[in-house]
Amino acid sequence: MIALLLILIPLLSGLIAFFLRTGNAAKGWALLSSFATVAVSILGLTILSKPELLQFKAAWLPGLGSNFSVRLDGMGQLLCLLTAISFPLIFIATWSRQYKNAHNFFGLMLLSQAGLMGVFLAMDALLFYFFWELALIPVYFLSSIWGAERRIAATFKFFIYTFIGSVLMLVGLIYLQSQTADRSFDIDAFYKIVLDNKTQNWVFWLMFIAFAIKVPVFPFHSWQPDVYEQSPTAVTMVLSGIMVKMGLFAIIRWLLPVLPYSSFAYGEKMIAMWTIVGMIYASLLAWRQDDMKRLIAYSSIAHLGLMVIAIFSETELSMQGAMLQMFNHGINILGLWVIVEILERKYGTRKLSELGGLAQKAPAMALLFVVVALANIALPLTNAFVGEFMMFTGIFTSPISEYELFTVPAAGITIILGAVYTLRMIQKVIYGNTNPLTETGTDIGYNEKLVLGIIVIMIIAAGVYPKPFLDLTKDTTDLILKEANIIPVLVK
Amino acid sequence: MMFSGILLKQRSAIRGVALAGLFAAIVLNIAETYGFHLFKVDIKNMMHFDRFALFFNTVAMICTFIFFLLSAKEMEKVGLNYADYFALIFFIICGILLSSSFSSLLILFLGIEIISIPLYILTGSDKKNLKSNEASLKYFLLGSFSTGLMLMGITFIYGDAGSFIVENITSLSTPDAKPSILLIAGLLLLMFSMAFKVSAAPFHFWTPDVYDGAPTVFTSFMATIVKAAVFIAFIRLFNYGFSGIHESWKFIIAIITALTLFIGNITAVFQQSVKRMLAYSSIAQAGFMLMAVLALNSFASEGIILYTTAYSLATIGLFAILVKMKDYTFEGFNGFAKHQPLLAAAAVIFLLSLAGIPLTAGFLAKFYMIKSVLDNGGFLWLVILAVLMAAVSVYYYFRVIQAMYFKDGEAQAMEISVSFKGVIIAVAALVILLGIFPQLLLNWLYF
Repeated sequence: MIALLLILIPLLSGLIAFFLRTGNAAKGWALLSSFATVAVSILGLTILSKPELLQFKAAWLPGLGSNFSVRLDGMGQLLCLLTAISFPLIFIATWSRQYKNAHNFFGLMLLSQAGLMGVFLAMDALLFYFFWELALIPVYFLSSIWGAERRIAATFKFFIYTFIGSVLMLVGLIYLQSQTADRSFDIDAFYKIVLDNKTQNWVFWLMFIAFAIKVPVFPFHSWQPDVYEQSPTAVTMVLSGIMVKMGLFAIIRWLLPVLPYSSFAYGEKMIAMWTIVGMIYASLLAWRQDDMKRLIAYSSIAHLGLMVIAIFSETELSMQGAMLQMFNHGINILGLWVIVEILERKYGTRKLSELGGLAQKAPAMALLFVVVALANIALPLTNAFVGEFMMFTGIFTSPISEYELFTVPAAGITIILGAVYTLRMIQKVIYGNTNPLTETGTDIGYNEKLVLGIIVIMIIAAGVYPKPFLDLTKDTTDLILKEANIIPVLVK
Repeated sequence: MMFSGILLKQRSAIRGVALAGLFAAIVLNIAETYGFHLFKVDIKNMMHFDRFALFFNTVAMICTFIFFLLSAKEMEKVGLNYADYFALIFFIICGILLSSSFSSLLILFLGIEIISIPLYILTGSDKKNLKSNEASLKYFLLGSFSTGLMLMGITFIYGDAGSFIVENITSLSTPDAKPSILLIAGLLLLMFSMAFKVSAAPFHFWTPDVYDGAPTVFTSFMATIVKAAVFIAFIRLFNYGFSGIHESWKFIIAIITALTLFIGNITAVFQQSVKRMLAYSSIAQAGFMLMAVLALNSFASEGIILYTTAYSLATIGLFAILVKMKDYTFEGFNGFAKHQPLLAAAAVIFLLSLAGIPLTAGFLAKFYMIKSVLDNGGFLWLVILAVLMAAVSVYYYFRVIQAMYFKDGEAQAMEISVSFKGVIIAVAALVILLGIFPQLLLNWLYF
């Protein structure tokens, strides 16, 4: 029931939002609905956390062996919580921005939330594919209608990219379904599939390309900075905070346990190497950016790369770290985008070269900004430190990695580079002298303080006491590692 | 069996009579499906009305009904012989009924010809327009050539099997014996002529010119219902006639499918006019439908019904909107969403369905096609080519969406009545509904 509500609330309220006459009514409605989702999600974590409440199953396409089957497991809980929390924060942070045809804007936002929830909840491969696309289409329209000047070309590239990935994944899913014992799309049936190594290899690529484009993993990343830059900031928050997690999530849930052999054969060697190259490359690019949106976009490629490596090294530590970090990264990057949104609204620019000296004019913002930025560098006491530390340890101790002596230091370099570009951003924006543009700056308002305050509290809380999160994801981690375990096969 | 009546000549009542006639035909056909026969004619085993055929007839006639509701008024603008157009369309429907239910090659031939000849006339019905005349002549010349091929093929097959009844063609020869050269030659000739009729590459060259030249209302009919009917005949022929020697022709169909997908999609990318783009897209969609001929399993026959329905609904809807536009180029659609938000939203649903995005009927249709081929094993390269081409198709379908929603401009549309909007919205809702619950349609095949 909880699982169903998490999809239905945003879906229905999104549809209703299209029919609201005024933009302000739609804005209020969207905020109300997103609070309801948060409430349901927290209830699902606490008092109503009973197995029979967390799942829902109904016949859907019996001829095809597909059911409408949704269930909340640990990882699903965590990511649904992230999705639920992000939307009200996004709405509050962008409260004072006026959109043309605002009712359509908020309707599409809520629809994309419904799609994201569905992706994290679906326990049926075809249903998963449905939601995977459902999350994409509203975002495409949001970015293309309300985006910046070069939006049409950028979002179109994004759409074609992801669509190619999705259809290849669809072929892979249909093939896998034809290999299940009872011809069903159910996730348990998928986990039981046994394929020979050669078949696994080509199915792996069909599926992995779709996920790699979403993350994005290095050679498939070229859509990302343009789209982040051109989209309205509220949409960029959805894209970078939650949507990229779809790719990581799908690797964990739909790739490792289903195709264990090729995940091992490619994941730990070839893909880890690509990712390392991509991380260093993206970090260097982030260092040289002048536009804050592009800087954060590149930094996000670097952070997500580490999670990909951690997932493929298949230890309990690295897997738990990656899941925790998926949540943390969503919160941290949301904080950074909120800062960008504030700066852009106040000063009309996102360029580092045109900002400066804001610590004098907006001390509250400067303080909150520094905390969020430190979390981006993964300083101890912040949430990202826990995640990254676990991931590094996991990669280093992984029984299946062979190149950890190369991987870990190389990834470590990107952490240093992360400090370089993040501190450079802080320095250029809030320190130094004021210029004519920032001379008249004022501090942030209550709603922005509220949003950033919540984010900072979550950063510190998860950094000091991450145990609840780790307990939550334990069941998923154990299941995935059990299904993906190929060591007995290798030893034989 | 229902044969359409000959229509009145009174101009004002014609539309009403046509709708009523078609409605009566639908009711009778459904009655027939459930074992209620109005009259019985001895057809000497030349035709066989099975569930599949009768069900397709219902679907085709319902689509025609929707087509009449949307576009009947527009036909007035084509020329003076308003009643004749309806009569011709009814002849075509008669041909569709024949070719979906044939069990003798002669009836197949008759059906295809009864479809084709009125189409030649409809294509040239805009008498003062040179392009329409040119299209009609082209269509006629090439069409008669393919008819010749078909006759030749039928003759060869008769020479080999000694029978026109499709079931007898391969059942007479023993399964492991090699099929005779006469049979293979006949099969190829039939395959090529059918490929011509469904505009599969490399027999597609007439399609863009004819679809572009013909009056838009009739293009809409030609590209959807007629094409679907010929596909049903295609599947029926190969399913009953040649499935015994599946191995020997499978590869040729796969090549034709691949070529059709490739040429249709790649050429559509470069079009400037939406009408011409839709012509090429119809070639591309034919490529997907050919996958059902390749697979010939139960998924394929369910899938082809779903595919033809999804494709026909979406294309009829799009053409109905296109007819109302003053400018057929992509630029002509700029800013359409601002002036006609409802119609633009419906057009988006149609385009998404054609592109095969989930939640629309077009996705499940493509899904069935892919699944039917994968279930038989082999031809993975074809499936991958097909999905990549589906991604290419997103490019040109989305150009229309971009023009309507993201670009500014003054899209000029003619007067649009409330009832027209109502029907369009209903069709769009149907596309979504079939995209979520395809059983609503497919269950009728069995119950």
